[in-house]
Amino acid sequence: MTKTDDYPLLRSWVRPLLLWLPPVLFLSLFYFYPLGSILQVAFERSQSGLAGPFYEVFSSPGIRSVIAFTFWQAALSTLLTLLIGLPGAYLFARYEFRGKSLVRALTAVPFVLPTLVVAAAFNTLLGSRGWVNLALMDSFNLLLPPIQFTNSLTAILLAHVFYNTTIVLRMVGDYWSHLDPRMSQAALTLGASTLKTLRHVTLPLLMPAVLAAALLIFIFDFTSFGVILVLGGPRFATMEVEIYYQTISLFNLPLAAALSMIQLTCTLGMTILYTQLSRRMQRPLSLRPVQYTQRRLRTWQSRVFVSLFMGLLLGLLTIPLLSLAARSVISLERGQNASITNPQFTLAYYQELSQNRRDSLFFVKPINAIGISLAYASMTVVLALALGLPAALTLARDQDWRLNRWLDPLIMLPLGTSAVTLGLGFIVALDQPPFDLRASPLLIPIAHTLVAFPFVVRSLVPSLRSIRPRLRQAAAVLGAPPSQVVRQIDLPLVGRAVLVAAAFAFSISLGEFGATALVSRPEYPTVPVMIYRYISQPGSLNYGQALALSTLLMIATAVGMLVIERLRLADIGEF
Amino acid sequence: MSGLSIIDIRKAFGEKQALRGVSFEVPQSSSLAVLGPSGCGKSTLLSIIAGLEAPDGGDVLWDGESLARIPPHRRNFGLMFQDFALFPHRNVFGNISFGLQMLGWEALRINNRVSEVLELVGLPGYEKRDVNTLSGGEGQRVALARSLAPQPRLLMLDEPLGSLDRNLRERLVLDLRRILLASQQTAIYVTHDQEEAFSVAGQVVVMNSGRIEQTGSPQDIYTRPASAFVARFLGLVNLFAGQVRQAQSGFEVETPFGSFPIANHPAGPVTVLLRPDALSLGPGGKSQILGELVRVDFRGQICQALICANDAVLRIDFPSSTSLPAIGEPILISFNPSDTLLVLPESEMPSRAINCP
Repeated sequence: MTKTDDYPLLRSWVRPLLLWLPPVLFLSLFYFYPLGSILQVAFERSQSGLAGPFYEVFSSPGIRSVIAFTFWQAALSTLLTLLIGLPGAYLFARYEFRGKSLVRALTAVPFVLPTLVVAAAFNTLLGSRGWVNLALMDSFNLLLPPIQFTNSLTAILLAHVFYNTTIVLRMVGDYWSHLDPRMSQAALTLGASTLKTLRHVTLPLLMPAVLAAALLIFIFDFTSFGVILVLGGPRFATMEVEIYYQTISLFNLPLAAALSMIQLTCTLGMTILYTQLSRRMQRPLSLRPVQYTQRRLRTWQSRVFVSLFMGLLLGLLTIPLLSLAARSVISLERGQNASITNPQFTLAYYQELSQNRRDSLFFVKPINAIGISLAYASMTVVLALALGLPAALTLARDQDWRLNRWLDPLIMLPLGTSAVTLGLGFIVALDQPPFDLRASPLLIPIAHTLVAFPFVVRSLVPSLRSIRPRLRQAAAVLGAPPSQVVRQIDLPLVGRAVLVAAAFAFSISLGEFGATALVSRPEYPTVPVMIYRYISQPGSLNYGQALALSTLLMIATAVGMLVIERLRLADIGEF
Repeated sequence: MSGLSIIDIRKAFGEKQALRGVSFEVPQSSSLAVLGPSGCGKSTLLSIIAGLEAPDGGDVLWDGESLARIPPHRRNFGLMFQDFALFPHRNVFGNISFGLQMLGWEALRINNRVSEVLELVGLPGYEKRDVNTLSGGEGQRVALARSLAPQPRLLMLDEPLGSLDRNLRERLVLDLRRILLASQQTAIYVTHDQEEAFSVAGQVVVMNSGRIEQTGSPQDIYTRPASAFVARFLGLVNLFAGQVRQAQSGFEVETPFGSFPIANHPAGPVTVLLRPDALSLGPGGKSQILGELVRVDFRGQICQALICANDAVLRIDFPSSTSLPAIGEPILISFNPSDTLLVLPESEMPSRAINCP
């Protein structure tokens, strides 16, 4: 028998190449080409030679402190998120308790919420027009809000923790829940103490998941835009916000380009580190079905602890959102005969959404923006899955293929590229032949697909990888050709992951703000663009409309996520 | 010939030689057991026959034609995995019907065939069950039904009872034999358990570190093991270093407990096997061994006596009802060398666990 037949041959390199073709073409056209164009434009206009923009960056103390602050707030946010998320992940992974699936579903909601919704939510709670400040002003007869929450580091950190805790709960918790508890039991019977077992057995086994979660959170905080723009104010600019100001307000393109190059280098380094670490730490684990790994709560101490922790978690995650929803239907403005002690229920903010006022900031009724956003989101789901599935398939199954080592971090690049830079790149590159898409409404779903693509691939690869090769072999022996193996085994088994990926793509598109802010056409505004315009305008009606739109956007993304949680296949993570 | 031929299959994983030239045949409608300790290359062999792995050398033939260029899904071979590998996202019906769907059968025909094989494996009416809720024995039967449903020309079973407990195993092994016989199924049964191998298959291949040690019927292998490895693997423990010499009356073999006449055999060092079941207590028989009873281990129906004779330790099973001398007393064993004493190729003797006083 010769060493190969046509079957392994296809496996070796033809298949990965075919699968990579669509995503790589897409990325070349809509990521690398615009990025190249923006840098070209930047350097062309630079007067002091190639190093000019970089000299400007590092010679300005203002810009230097922006860079330092970007790292500082990201590190602090990541640490805080881990501190709150890890105990939660443990409880989710190892204990079975009532209401767990509900809490689990609720913790997913913040992550998919658009940045502007989160910013608006914290604003209604702790901002100058928020519940807390109004209550304090009323009780102590103050003329000015006593708590300076907006434009503070606390606001940024709180929003980031609120945002990313669910990453720890999901990534670490899911992994932990399938980790065979017999491994730590074995360590205990071999004489290791509980602490030693944690240090020498559990933590090393968990490390890939913890590091992956931490790096992902860091990257998100590093490139956070909406939260810092709305809650941080001018005092706390990160690189992302600075790029936005430099391009939009000051039109200093060379400086913006230099900043985005520095940012890109950092995030590229982190993503390479991320993939290297997770590869090196990957051990063949015997993952166990959840029913073997989870215990019920036995002692009253553990019940109290779990209840308290879950209460804290739920409070952190739900109070800002409830505050937003409540504030959108309750008027507290003194001018309208209302106050914190005399709240007036009102639907005026919602009714206003269907009005097209002559002095409106937009050409269309606010309510139309919802339809526009939904259409963009649907297109994004189709595009992101069409490109993400083939990439995830080859990443999961052709692990030996050498080019995959390079392509893996490559497709994560859009994740680490500032959304603002992406938008700017589109304007610069795609407004002239051969790709004149400037006026095309397709530009926004394409931009959203770029942002969603890494999420889609990242959520698909682990579940594709975790399918036991045995199942594929069994299918092959039963007469399934390779295409049928993918259709009958891989696709149904990753069904839930595909649903989750689709939900991510949908939510990301609904809430995307950075790139949209630059690319969107005034006649097709999306919901986040409208929220930003309304919330940055004075007047209680504008504020109220921003809150009403934010609430609707929050409900849309939350309902989508809950439906996914319900729709998922019978727990297929059990191998 | 019609059926499966394995010709000189070789396979290495890096430095490790998994298969070092394995050849055998499985004629149509017969069953063959591959018996060997874990790590001897049994599972690799099945993967190669199924086409899931390519061998480094050798060939797999069906009806005399090479399968080298046929991918696994076109071989029409069934493989039942040790851990069953049931598809977790399909119910019992979905698992069993999978192979039939791949053949493009109509729904009605599939329904009939699924109930037929479920009947055959003793699980009628299980179609709608979730495979994640099946017990070990049920999972094994569903996996078997799934492999049988498309009527593969060859069915391979990889330690199919390995993960089950002893009682269940004994019952299922008989069911397996009945099912294989009833369906006239050509089959290869891989196991490390001699009882399973003997009761399921008409022919047995004993493997050791990538090589075949012996091929034959269960009776052949048990009564005439070809090597010390096979003997030890079958639980035959009375192995001794010996020396064949030509004497006046013919050939004889010198052992720690005396010299005994044997049939023609080239002179030189050998390993001698005393089969325990043909030894008897007391005088009678052509040859005798006089030893000292050192220990008696009670094992239920039988008890095992440890007897020291000239610094050699014999282990002999007696019915528990036998009245043996007291520990430390002399004991006389008699036997008939021609059917009790086997001369095997020389092999290394493991160090002894018990020393004689």
